[in-house]
Amino acid sequence: MRGDAKSMTVLSPRSAAEAVKAYAQAPAALPLAGGTDLMVAWNLGQWNGRAVLDLSRVAEWRTIKASAQGVLIGSLVTHSQIQAHPVLQKRFPLLVAACATVGAAQIQNRGTIGGNIANASPAGDTFPALAVYEATVRVIGPAGQRVVPIADIFAGVKKTTLKPGELIEAIFLPFVKTPTRGVFRKVGTRAAQAISKTMFAGLIWIGKDKKVTEARLSFGSLAPTVRRLHAAESFLRGRQLDPISINAAAELMTSDVSPIDDIRSTREYRLIVSRNLLVAFLKGEVK
Amino acid sequence: MITLTVNGRKQSFHGAPFKRLIDVLRENFALTGTKEGCGEGECGACTVLLDGEPVNSCLIPVCQAEGRAVETVESLGAPEKLSKLQAGFLACGGAQCGICTPGMLMTARAHLKSGVRVDETSVREALSGNLCRCTGYQDIVKSVITAAKKK
Repeated sequence: MRGDAKSMTVLSPRSAAEAVKAYAQAPAALPLAGGTDLMVAWNLGQWNGRAVLDLSRVAEWRTIKASAQGVLIGSLVTHSQIQAHPVLQKRFPLLVAACATVGAAQIQNRGTIGGNIANASPAGDTFPALAVYEATVRVIGPAGQRVVPIADIFAGVKKTTLKPGELIEAIFLPFVKTPTRGVFRKVGTRAAQAISKTMFAGLIWIGKDKKVTEARLSFGSLAPTVRRLHAAESFLRGRQLDPISINAAAELMTSDVSPIDDIRSTREYRLIVSRNLLVAFLKGEVK
Repeated sequence: MITLTVNGRKQSFHGAPFKRLIDVLRENFALTGTKEGCGEGECGACTVLLDGEPVNSCLIPVCQAEGRAVETVESLGAPEKLSKLQAGFLACGGAQCGICTPGMLMTARAHLKSGVRVDETSVREALSGNLCRCTGYQDIVKSVITAAKKK
């Protein structure tokens, strides 16, 4: 059975307060942002008979606000809007690059950053960049607002730690000192539309003594949720990047990621390509 | 009731608010130029412009188009007076089986209006969400570039 529009109930809140209230009254409703994931499943008949909480009219969640501390991106901001924002282009280029690899124009014009997070795909394109920028997720629910670090928002494949009745309001990106190098790379079957086999985001700060002050390294599609390479990051801190330290850091990768064989790729391929990406980044060979 | 502007005309829709925009366009407004390909946002055949931006009309419930402006392939030209893009596709063999063509035209229209320099690279990137199952990409790209050059 395909999606049956007549079987659906649509709730259309006009503000954040209305959205929380409507969700509390209809806890089984499906929150709908840009629809680029939900509508695919709906077309296949997966959600017939359900109520939908259409968030598209919550205007206060559509804006990008830069402050002295960082940038607050409303949950309903699209991947296209992120790419077009001058402050994000300058200060958070890895997120801008990641948004440019989501689907193609049609998807980037509809898909939202909040929807991307709430959908919690292991292959969510924005997550490695959000992980290295140490974004926080602002959540609102019946008990009020709370702030969740990006590392704590994902609970597993397609699962978040959002509590019943909670919705994502915004994502905050704190400004970071300009890194020595920063890279985002996505590897898929095709540049556009393809879902990633592996994704890497890296930021590294190297001091005048050539020692690593800080490294933030993250992979997507290599575990149920986005991962930071904590072991490799702490190993590199205070060391110079040379073939031996780089190799040792790459060896530590598997203490933080655990790729699987699936329809898109194999564990072995993902590990080899990801290791190559990491090594090339640390050597300064990918820009 | 949902009101929206379609090809410059105000339209009202009285049915289920979760009906897909593509189905409303085809069944309620008799605009059958927009085609459904995959129905899952991969192929771009159903591309229309929503407030000027290319979107997949198979992924949008009509309630999300309320108060907004939709442009379909019917807005481009008529058989006796083709738009520059349509003329370009005709001149360069940009259409083979034709299923992807309305979507290609609408995505290309947004690209030509975007102000981005029109060259092979930018056209290929702009059209990367539109798949042609006849694999006629060379001539589609040529068609768009030809249209852009026409005064």
